[in-house]
Amino acid sequence: MTALSIFSPLTAWRRKERPIEVRALRTLIRRELRDALRNRWFILYAVAFAAIAVGMAYLSQLGSGMSGLAGFGKTAAGLVNLVLLIVPLMGLTLGAMNLTGEREHGTLAYMLAQPVSRTEVLLAKFIGQGAAFAGAIAIGFGASAAMLARSAGDADGWIFLRLAALTVLLALIMLALGMLIATIVRRASAALGVAVFTWLGVVFLSDLGLMGATILFRMRASEMLIGAIANPVQAFKLASISGFDTTLDLLGPAGLYAVQTLGPWLVPILIASLVAWVVIPLGAAMWIFTRRPL
Amino acid sequence: MINLKNISKRFGRYHALDDVSLDLVPGEAVALWGPNGAGKTTLIRCALGLIPFKGHAAIDGANVRTHGRAARRRVGYVPQEPALEADMRVREAVAFFARLRGANRDACSRAIENASLTEHRRKRVRELSGGMRQRLSLEVALLTDPPALILDEPTSSLDADARVELLARLSELRAQGKTILFTSHRPEEVKSIADRVVMMESGRIKRIEVADPPKPRDSIPFTQSASQVQVNVEGGAKA
Repeated sequence: MTALSIFSPLTAWRRKERPIEVRALRTLIRRELRDALRNRWFILYAVAFAAIAVGMAYLSQLGSGMSGLAGFGKTAAGLVNLVLLIVPLMGLTLGAMNLTGEREHGTLAYMLAQPVSRTEVLLAKFIGQGAAFAGAIAIGFGASAAMLARSAGDADGWIFLRLAALTVLLALIMLALGMLIATIVRRASAALGVAVFTWLGVVFLSDLGLMGATILFRMRASEMLIGAIANPVQAFKLASISGFDTTLDLLGPAGLYAVQTLGPWLVPILIASLVAWVVIPLGAAMWIFTRRPL
Repeated sequence: MINLKNISKRFGRYHALDDVSLDLVPGEAVALWGPNGAGKTTLIRCALGLIPFKGHAAIDGANVRTHGRAARRRVGYVPQEPALEADMRVREAVAFFARLRGANRDACSRAIENASLTEHRRKRVRELSGGMRQRLSLEVALLTDPPALILDEPTSSLDADARVELLARLSELRAQGKTILFTSHRPEEVKSIADRVVMMESGRIKRIEVADPPKPRDSIPFTQSASQVQVNVEGGAKA
């Protein structure tokens, strides 16, 4: 055995192609962005976010017996639960349908027959759709923020900005989960079904599940906190509410325990959990997509 | 130019391809011929590295598994159904694939011109006829002037006139020295383009025949049946 042959696996690995070429990735991202605009979901989502935010501002003010729009803080507090319902549904279905739709139309196979890697195709879909989704959220929240600022002044504007940023993060998590579904489930209709069930599980069952588990297993506050941090929807809720109420007493003993135990580290830990919820499903989707037949 | 060695592919218990080997020398045109389920499209998908398989596949020396990007850069692919995005305008679609394949602007204009779509370049792909779309698909595959072309039943969805046009273009490319691997159910395509006909059945190569020398395009009878061509192909082989 020669010295060369000993190192041959290493040299073979080095000779392998790079999984990402910037030029191809850029071209594919541009295509995703253009598709988002052309298919009009981008505009629809932006209008939906603006309508929801302005509607919430109006309803919040009505609730306090006054007319006009409520301020940023009150509107943001009202928006948290609506965002928790709508954004996961939008993100999951968007992620699940795009890839499976292209697979069914044959455009995915055609794309992969070009000099591109699968990593580039999936990453471009995530970046392109994620950017368009984030843009829709920014436009929607931005338009409503402009109306709120004119009507109720700009006090607590940062709370609204913080909620918009966390909403983008939640959108990216759900997009990544949707893409993971699309890499596992081949047919668009089946992927849509799985996405809707995932949404039900994530949004409805996570709250009830945590409550049920707490009663059933007599969970301590520390275990409840770990359960909440590990769940993207709960982590989003905790991170959002900690912006309005730094004591988190709204969330009961678990919230108080979170503040007492983690103190200033609570928000960074929640954000790290949210980022991990983007990276892990996306990584898993990429791993599957690069190995499975179309 | 296109080297397929001991290619096997299973879908569960079903053997789609069983130890298939095929070499295409530069400038050669080979037709994959056989009934549905023979493994023609699966072989093409393996050759392009679109599905995992056992064996070795290379295009112009580039291993499709380890150097898929390099391999696909050396080949143009035309699918059975044109898979260009329907909502894109013709010039947008060509520009997109040109950027992806590393072709310049001149190549874009030339592709639109060669597809005879200069007047239609602002139309959306969905507004084009099937023949126009397939012509466009072929010219997109040729954007960087690759040495090889792989076509999966390129004329199956075309009417007679569009088929004649596409076959004429393929004959022209063959004369220019392109290596062409294609699947077909149509005898006239096999006769007019192929140097060799690979007969496939149940995922295996049953036999390889040398095709008749190509006749001038106008003399190809479009009503000829598959059995008649098989006789001609065999006759060619005997000769």
